[in-house]
Amino acid sequence: MLEIKNIYKTFNKGTINEKKALNGISLTLEDGDFCTVIGGNGAGKSTVLNAVAGVWPVDAGQIILDDIDVTGIPEHKRAKYLGRVFQDPMTGTAATMQIDENLALAMRRGQRRSFKWGVTKEERERYYEALKEFDLGLETRMSVKVGTLSGGQRQALTLLMATMKKPKLLLLDEHTAALDPKTAKKVLDLSDKIIREEHLTAMMVTHNMRDAIAHGNRLIMMNEGKIVLDIRGEEKKNLTVDDLLQKFEEISGEEFSNDKALLSRN
Amino acid sequence: MLSFSSLLLALPPSIAQGIIWGIMAIGVYITFKILDFADLTVDGSLALGGAVAVMLILQGMSPAMALVFSTIAGLAAGFMTGILNTVLGIPDILAGILTQISLYSINMNVMGKSNAAVSIDNYNLVVSLRYINKSIGVGLIFLAAIIVILYWYFGTEHGMTIRATGCNQAMARAQGINTGIAKVVGLSLSNALVGLSGGLIAQYQGNADVNMGRGAIVIGLAAVIIGDVIGEAVLGKHLNFAGRLIFAAVGAIIYYIVITFVLWLGLPSQDMKLFSAIVVAIFLAVPYLRGKSISSFRRAAKKGAQN
Repeated sequence: MLEIKNIYKTFNKGTINEKKALNGISLTLEDGDFCTVIGGNGAGKSTVLNAVAGVWPVDAGQIILDDIDVTGIPEHKRAKYLGRVFQDPMTGTAATMQIDENLALAMRRGQRRSFKWGVTKEERERYYEALKEFDLGLETRMSVKVGTLSGGQRQALTLLMATMKKPKLLLLDEHTAALDPKTAKKVLDLSDKIIREEHLTAMMVTHNMRDAIAHGNRLIMMNEGKIVLDIRGEEKKNLTVDDLLQKFEEISGEEFSNDKALLSRN
Repeated sequence: MLSFSSLLLALPPSIAQGIIWGIMAIGVYITFKILDFADLTVDGSLALGGAVAVMLILQGMSPAMALVFSTIAGLAAGFMTGILNTVLGIPDILAGILTQISLYSINMNVMGKSNAAVSIDNYNLVVSLRYINKSIGVGLIFLAAIIVILYWYFGTEHGMTIRATGCNQAMARAQGINTGIAKVVGLSLSNALVGLSGGLIAQYQGNADVNMGRGAIVIGLAAVIIGDVIGEAVLGKHLNFAGRLIFAAVGAIIYYIVITFVLWLGLPSQDMKLFSAIVVAIFLAVPYLRGKSISSFRRAAKKGAQN
């Protein structure tokens, strides 16, 4: 269970570039919740994920994961509870290292790194099976450098790295935005399948309203560092893109122009 | 006086020198290639290793044991740069320069003057230019041991955290790696090898000098880059990690052979550092310029005009 309690974050405080990125966000996700996050540019979507991941400390508020207060825990220590996939396919993997080495690094997330061999034969077999299920043809190329893979392959690999060792929370930060539509769909479907099968708790930021509606059991919309809409259960199942646009106008009292919000309908 | 026999005579010493400097080149490989950190500590930690070795030998320590302390001294220098960079937030190059400059004073204090000598006549030195064959043999044993240990280490869970940090810090942190510690460990390990190399160089030439490390980073980079180019050319896709380490040392040997050759051709020795800098600049520039020539604005304009 994730509990975000009234968190605040301001970047470049006291300068001309001051930006109040998070303005008192509170959110509770139950185990197995899959929450999609939408909102315009600069609404604070990715910032919430980064706050939870501990990229920097929050100014105020608390973040609690399965009764563990992680507010004061730095990023690399918090990592043991989290699986993360980033927007840029280059961010989630080490390009100069092999596929199996990347997976091995992820498998040891949260463990003490010893002087034992970094990739064992047994785990390689496990990676083989796991990659085979992904059906990307990567299982036979495990000693290939990740830098030679396509963006979609790298994102799929990052997804496997994030979920193979079951995280308390999976954070997907617009992880399909940099991919072509066909690959994006494949990676998204794969994400959805893993979250359901492994019964993971997840947050997924997206620009795509249809994806936000089609996936997960909960949807939040953000604007100016606040959660302005929180839809779940039956209501979410029956949601349409037009409903969403209308709701946003009601709440924020402004015309929801696609241009400004950079949300896409399809 | 270009006599071919004098060139041949000069070859074995340059090979011995190349092997001993090759240990430093492997140290530079760790920071420059694996950790992606331009570490200028090297110039200081090499002289530190030399100064420590010579002073301890003069105090009566065995030359082999003195090398252990050269290594530890180098490790401490790398650790310092790591702390400046990770704990105090000083950028890579500046952190290295600060340590390097401070080591100049430290080395003066270690020796009490700007240089100190140990003669092979009075001490049973590990390597010496008087016994070239023995020096080559001992140097090769050191190199082999270092390559085996590093090959093992960078294959372990611990060593992999350093490779991941050098490649992608965001990824490393997301996988629970403390990138600060990884950098400090990498820098310490690298400079430990540089210190050891300095200790060997001092014994080989029979003295240590505060200026013996000046330009060492350039020699190290030259060795790494030359080794990389040759390694890729010889082994291509089969060039694995151990191969890269071996070729870094091979690069140092080739560097010294080339130096011997251009000296034989009559280049004044005072121009040596200029020559080294030019060699490194060329090797660094070639891949960049090649990439540029494939995709350049001028070419694009030409092509566009043709159609």
